[in-house]
Order: sequence, then structure tokens, then C-alpha cells
Amino acid sequence: MPKFEFERGKMVPAPSHSIMPERDIDSTPVLEALHLGIDFGGLRALDDFNITVGKTEICGLIGPNGAGKTTVFNLLTKVYAPTRGTILLNGQDTSGKTVFQANRMGIARTFQNIRLFNTMTVEENVKIGLHNTKAYSTAAGILRLPSYWKREAEAHERAMELLSIFDMQDLAAHQAGSLPYGAQRRLEIVRALATNPSLLLLDEPAAGMNPSETVELMENIVKIRDTFNIAIMLIEHDMNLVMNICEGICVLNFGKIIAKGTPEQIQQNDAVIEAYLGKQKEA
Amino acid sequence: MTVFLQFLVNGLSMGSVYAIIALGYTMVYGIAKMLNFAHGDVIMIGAYISFCVTAYLGLPAVVSVLAAVAVCTVLGILIEGLAYKPLRQAGPLAVLITAIGVSYFLQNAAQLIWGATPKNFTSIVTFEVPPALAAYNVSAVSIVTVVACLVIMAALMWFTGKTKMGKAMRAVSEDKAAAQLMGINVNRTISMTFAIGSALAAIAGVLLCSYSPVLQPTTGAMPGIKAFTAAVFGGIGSIPGAFVGGILLGIIEAMAQAYISTSLANSIVFAVLIVVLLVKPAGLFGKYVPEKV
Repeated sequence: MPKFEFERGKMVPAPSHSIMPERDIDSTPVLEALHLGIDFGGLRALDDFNITVGKTEICGLIGPNGAGKTTVFNLLTKVYAPTRGTILLNGQDTSGKTVFQANRMGIARTFQNIRLFNTMTVEENVKIGLHNTKAYSTAAGILRLPSYWKREAEAHERAMELLSIFDMQDLAAHQAGSLPYGAQRRLEIVRALATNPSLLLLDEPAAGMNPSETVELMENIVKIRDTFNIAIMLIEHDMNLVMNICEGICVLNFGKIIAKGTPEQIQQNDAVIEAYLGKQKEA
Repeated sequence: MTVFLQFLVNGLSMGSVYAIIALGYTMVYGIAKMLNFAHGDVIMIGAYISFCVTAYLGLPAVVSVLAAVAVCTVLGILIEGLAYKPLRQAGPLAVLITAIGVSYFLQNAAQLIWGATPKNFTSIVTFEVPPALAAYNVSAVSIVTVVACLVIMAALMWFTGKTKMGKAMRAVSEDKAAAQLMGINVNRTISMTFAIGSALAAIAGVLLCSYSPVLQPTTGAMPGIKAFTAAVFGGIGSIPGAFVGGILLGIIEAMAQAYISTSLANSIVFAVLIVVLLVKPAGLFGKYVPEKV
């Protein structure tokens, strides 16, 4: 199996309850979730979720199926309104914000089951992501004012630049729905990056990939972090990927954090081993 | 032959009116995924506004059309914001029933304001048509209607394909949740869609009443239903589908009137719809999406 070498940043305690990479300690954390919780009817889907993610951290969110990982993503992106707790994005409170406002505040995501705009071309998908950064009025668009042409040219250039991260410029005119699976997953990441996020959420980016594709993905995740200087939070079941590139890891089980720490700490944590493998019988 | 051509012209003109209305239906359905049954009544309101501006204020026809478009655009945004937006998370049936409620509300409001007595709408287009054409029932209104319909369809195709707002609309139509997460203001996009649909309804209303000048609170109801039929016929959600559906429906109706029976024309139109849907369940231009199980 191919090996992927990557030097992880040294982790130091972040204020209060979490850790973050040493290099990020002087910047405002990209994300702080404080006592976050949500109930669905009587079900406590998430309770007292606290996390701090450094400005350029690659952070893993793991846990058995049904632990509440995607719920966390839905709370962070404001798809769900939290029952309790606060979310700070770059130090700003997101309470009362809508989904698209949260996106404009700097959070973008991909989906566990790919959700591209299938009938549009690859380039159009990316341009939808650029929607907010390339502003011209509808009137300018209809009247084809010079500002329209200028922004359109910029949008095209930016879209191509973003597609080039994954060498996908040649596919720009293809229909998104007709791309092979791996390319669709990559396009989703590009589309999310187009919204110019400071925190990128990846929901099972390696799902359905073979080991060599996974290694390529790992390289790309690190490359994206380094190129855009953003934080990445990912949900993933592929432990090879998580343990190799995540700097901080948070483990959820039944809606509660059972462990937080570096990959080394997590691998040795009894509660994590129990959650994944079941309790060992006392001899 | 003359009779055939005369009725073909009738069908084309009426079909163009249906097509303009159907374009409004199809835009709203395609993007908001709801059937706005009040669409037909927005047409009626548009016609009344135009009527008031010309008959009571004595202003020129062009001004009356602009006034109708402006009022209906605002009306469309208001209807969406007050009646449909609070139901965004509710099931499709709740929205459908609300749309029917809005439809009755508009009809009764019109009756309250303008009374139930039909008004005699004077045609807004009054240029002379060469006698050679007039012999085939080609009137000024029918020329304007067909041209307006073509222009509107082309403009809509271009708008949804090329402009940023249009692309946002397509994104919302495909996946509302994903579009929001990409930073698109879905509520504003849907609101814009209603604005465009209602502006089209205003134009359709003025043309409809220029064609058949009886204006009363129920004027929009039957054309509304027929245009809805046309939109389904063409494949609801599809812009060229609504256009082709509308024109075909108009021609079928005119031919039924000419060669079968005037009183049966409506039944024949709807019978054709049933047959088309049996053969092509998604309409002529619609994409049949099998449900995932």
C-alpha cells in the first residue's frame, strides 16, 4: 500500500478546553463551538459539544455511525438551529444567521452523498460558488454593462484557477452529472473553495475511494490547506487518512465528545477503543 | 383552406397567450417546486390595472401595460412573501391549498373593488393590418401577441442560461439546500422568480383582454387552468416546453372549434392532455425521473 508522509504541526493546549497547532495560537481560532447541543424531539442528538479549531488546522471528527458527526456539520453551517450553545466563526457569533449568511461568513462544505448541480457544466458549478464574490447587479447583467463583462471574465479566470488545483480545467465544459465519481467528489471540493471559506468542512471525502486515490486525496487536502491557508475539518471513517493528516481529532459517540487530542492520544484512548471495538470482557 | 388558415391564426394567437401564462407557471414550478394556482388571477389583476389606467386616467396604452407589470410584480412578491414563504418547510399539499386560497382571495378582492359586472376592455394595440392578412383573421393583437411571446421566451432562456441571477435560479431549482450552502440567498431567488412570473402574467392579462375584451373577476381562471395544462403538456419546469405546449394547446383548441364543435373544444383540449400524459408522463420536453426506491 502506498505510504503518505506528512509532517504534522506540534499541538499545544488552546485556551480552556482544547488544543490547536502551535502556529495558530496567536490568531483567532477559525471555529469555536461552546456547549453546543441540539435535541430532535426527545432525542438529545448532540450535547455539550466544545471544540476549538485553529486558523490553519486540519481537524478530524470521527465516531461510530449515528454518533452525530453530520449533525455537527449541519449545526456549524446553520442548516439546524442549535437548541443550546454558541458557534463562533472567526470570533463572530453566528446565532440567528441563515445558511447562506454563514457561508458568507466563511464556512463551506461538501456532502457525504455528492450534491452537485448535475445539469450544469463543471464551470457553472464553480461559478455558483463564486456567486457572492463576483458581484454585479442583475441590471448590469441584463444590460451587459462593462462591469458585467469584466466580472464575468474574472469569474471565468478564477473558476479555471480553482479547477486547476485538481487538474480539471479540461473538464470545464462537461456536464457535472456525467463526470466519473472521483471527479465529482473533487468538483464538490472546488465548488466549496470557490465560496472563499476560512473553514472547509469535508463530509467523508474518501468514501468510495481506493487506497491510492485516498493517498492522492490526502496530498490534496494538505495542498489546499497550504495554498489557501484555511482550516479544514473532516468527517472520515478511513483511519489511515484521519491518523495521517489530522492534527487534532475529536471523537463523538452518542452525541457526546468522548475524546479529544492528537492522533497519538486518540489511538491510545480507552474510551475510543471501547466505542469502536466494544468493551473488553474482564478476564 | 381559408377557414383552416383563419383558425390556425386564431390558434396561434390564443396559444401565444397560453404560452406566456405557461412560462410563468413553469418558472415558478421549476424553481420553487410549487404550483401557483393563483397565477391565473394575477393575470386578471393585471388586466384590471391596465383597464383602469386607460379608461379612468386616460393615459396611453404603453403606460397602462407598464403600470400593470409594476403592480403585478409587487403583487407576486407579496403573495410569495405572505402566503407561501411561511410554508417553505410544509408539505406540498399545504402550499397547494394555500395557492387555491390565494386564487379565491384575488377573485373576490377584484369583485369587491371593481364589481362583478364585466368591463369592456379596449384593445391596447390599434394599428392597421393589411387587408390581405386581415382576411385570414390576422389582427394587430395577434401579431403583437405572437411576437411578444417569442421575445419573452427567448429572453427567459437567455436570462436563466447566462445571467448570474438565472444561474442561481437553476441552482436553487436543482438543490435548494446545496445552493444555500454555496451562499445563495434562496428566499430572494424564489421571490425574484415570482416577480418575473407575475410580470409575465400582467403582460398576458393585457394581451388576453385585448383579444377577448370581456373583463370580470373570473377572467383569469380558465386561461390560467389551460396554461397550466399547456405547461404540463410541454413538460413542467421546461421553458421551451411551456412555449411549445402553449402554442400546441391553442392550435388544438382552435382546430377543435373549427372542425368538431365549439362547445366541445375545452373537453377536447383536456382529452388531448390526458392522452399525451399517458404516453409521455413527464410531458413533451420534461425529463422523466424515475423515483429512487
